[in-house]
Amino acid sequence: MDMQAKKKLGLKEKYAHMTRGLGWETTYQPMDKVFPYDKFEGIKIHDWEKWEDPFRLTMDAYWKYQAEKERKLYAILDAFAQNNGHLGVTDARYLNAIKLFISGVSPLEYMAHRGFAHVGRQMRGVGPRVACQMQSLDELRHVQTQIHTVSNYNKFYNGMHQFRHQHDRMWYLSVPKSFFDDAFTAGPFEYMIAIGFSFEYVLTNLLFVPFMSGAAYNGDMATVTFGFSAQSDEARHMTLGLECIKFMLEQDPDNLPIVQRWIDKWAWRGIRVLTLVAMMMDYMLPKRVMSWREAWEIYFEQNGTALFNDLARYGIKMPDCVAQAIADKDHISHQAWATFYQYGAATAFHTWMPTDEEMDWLSAKYPNSFDQYYRPRFTHWREEAEKGNRFYNKTLPMLCQTCQIPMLFTEPGDPTKICYRESDYNGEKYHFCSDHCKHIFDHEPEKYVQSWLPVHQIYQGSCFPEGTDPTVEGFDPLKAVLDWYKVDFGRDNLDFEGSEDQKNFAAWRGMATKNA
Amino acid sequence: MAVQALTKDYVGEVKDAADRFHGMQLLYIGWDDHLMFCAPLAFLFPPAMRFGDICQQVLPGAFGYHPDFAKVDFAKATWLKSGQPFVPDMNKTLGEMGLRHKDVLRLQTPGLTGIAGSAS
Repeated sequence: MDMQAKKKLGLKEKYAHMTRGLGWETTYQPMDKVFPYDKFEGIKIHDWEKWEDPFRLTMDAYWKYQAEKERKLYAILDAFAQNNGHLGVTDARYLNAIKLFISGVSPLEYMAHRGFAHVGRQMRGVGPRVACQMQSLDELRHVQTQIHTVSNYNKFYNGMHQFRHQHDRMWYLSVPKSFFDDAFTAGPFEYMIAIGFSFEYVLTNLLFVPFMSGAAYNGDMATVTFGFSAQSDEARHMTLGLECIKFMLEQDPDNLPIVQRWIDKWAWRGIRVLTLVAMMMDYMLPKRVMSWREAWEIYFEQNGTALFNDLARYGIKMPDCVAQAIADKDHISHQAWATFYQYGAATAFHTWMPTDEEMDWLSAKYPNSFDQYYRPRFTHWREEAEKGNRFYNKTLPMLCQTCQIPMLFTEPGDPTKICYRESDYNGEKYHFCSDHCKHIFDHEPEKYVQSWLPVHQIYQGSCFPEGTDPTVEGFDPLKAVLDWYKVDFGRDNLDFEGSEDQKNFAAWRGMATKNA
Repeated sequence: MAVQALTKDYVGEVKDAADRFHGMQLLYIGWDDHLMFCAPLAFLFPPAMRFGDICQQVLPGAFGYHPDFAKVDFAKATWLKSGQPFVPDMNKTLGEMGLRHKDVLRLQTPGLTGIAGSAS
């Protein structure tokens, strides 16, 4: 008997079999019961086959590509570890940007992994399911590579040892955490707009470019390497986000107002989270790449405008909140750094006041704001610190119910006045930092009444270690909260000046560059 | 519809309802033109707290770091509650003045404009 050898499948056929070919119409149970989540948001889909999977990858090809990237990454990390690469950074102040990244951003990668796995399960179209599965795996890889990279710093420096524990507890980490929790608890289409479009497509350049070029400028080759390793994945993610938005808009005209509302909401949610990046760029990098204002102008005002021009043919408009973000670009980094400086006893990284030279750079980059509004404050604080009277604000701040950032933002058009907004809902008062955060709440109050606001939780007594008795004589609530955060007082927190990180880095670098 | 949810009539848990604060209430106080304090402050007070005690005993600890604070004359200071003029009685308690859980006050001290007039 002759064996009839079958021709090997071509790439295109293989892709079709391994993706679309894996789906079917269910018969034991109705499709609506198998996929219960993809209709309640009101998005109408008539033909899932119209979804173009931008990845065009099968699983076997995916593993092959990713394995190659991993080999390169870990070879470089090994070399970094063996050569004491941590001593190559510009200045130990830089490490504080890494602390913020590992505790604020890396856990979001993990949430993105979970989120895309969930969305992939819930969409009945095969194209998006396969694409979401790949992105879910990418995100898992990103969090792993970031943890492995940063572990090389964690061996030597303070403030990184409890990043995961702190992500769910620490007051400032509730800002990025609640952003992702908001997306994750929405329906699958809103999640795709929130993460796949607004975050990955509109705002990712403002997150990753500053961190990665900041790392390169400051001699942090480890971070640059995981950045590069993630970059080709990010390109796919951006395509998926854009494909999703176009798909929704092409499927039914009724989808437009829903999609527009999500874009408006998530642009603003993202812009608020980016306040942390703005501060990192202007204050935490010893060697600056560019100012936040410049990055915003290039990556949002220029590139973002081009994107929205492209989407105009579907009827999508630039979100209203962008006008406020443009006005705020002169202020948010300074306002955020002032906040962290004064609450620097309750952070897991160090803060400091800029040097004269750095203040001159800030004046040059922010001619409309720095000298008038911020230099006097910072100069005063520095002088007081030199007198041994460094400012630590010991009273907890009021927070915005939606973005959870302390109410540090000023009125649009008046940088001398805090912006106060409020709503009454079911007999309770809720407060907001801006019109846009108020609108988000007003549209879905039943969601945001559940915000886990760190300040209120501390006052409710939810943030002390188990077994703490707050009624005993001499109870110190700040100490109990820091214990619950697992902040090592005096090592992880307080001013950079005089910190263990500062001393160790100087001593170790001295050993590498000088004779003892 | 107060939320887009999978189940109809979804109701969220109000995390900061008054009954969760052990008989106390939240009061937020901001000091206009003094952005050295980056945001309004959140305080937890019993409803029986006298307003004068807040001004005399609590605010010095909270705002006293600022060189302007020593110059504050509470007899002349003006206040806003939710953005509207509010005249507190120093001898009355929060409860007696109708200040509710999560009310927000703004302290205004005309003539004091922060570090070097920068509203800091």
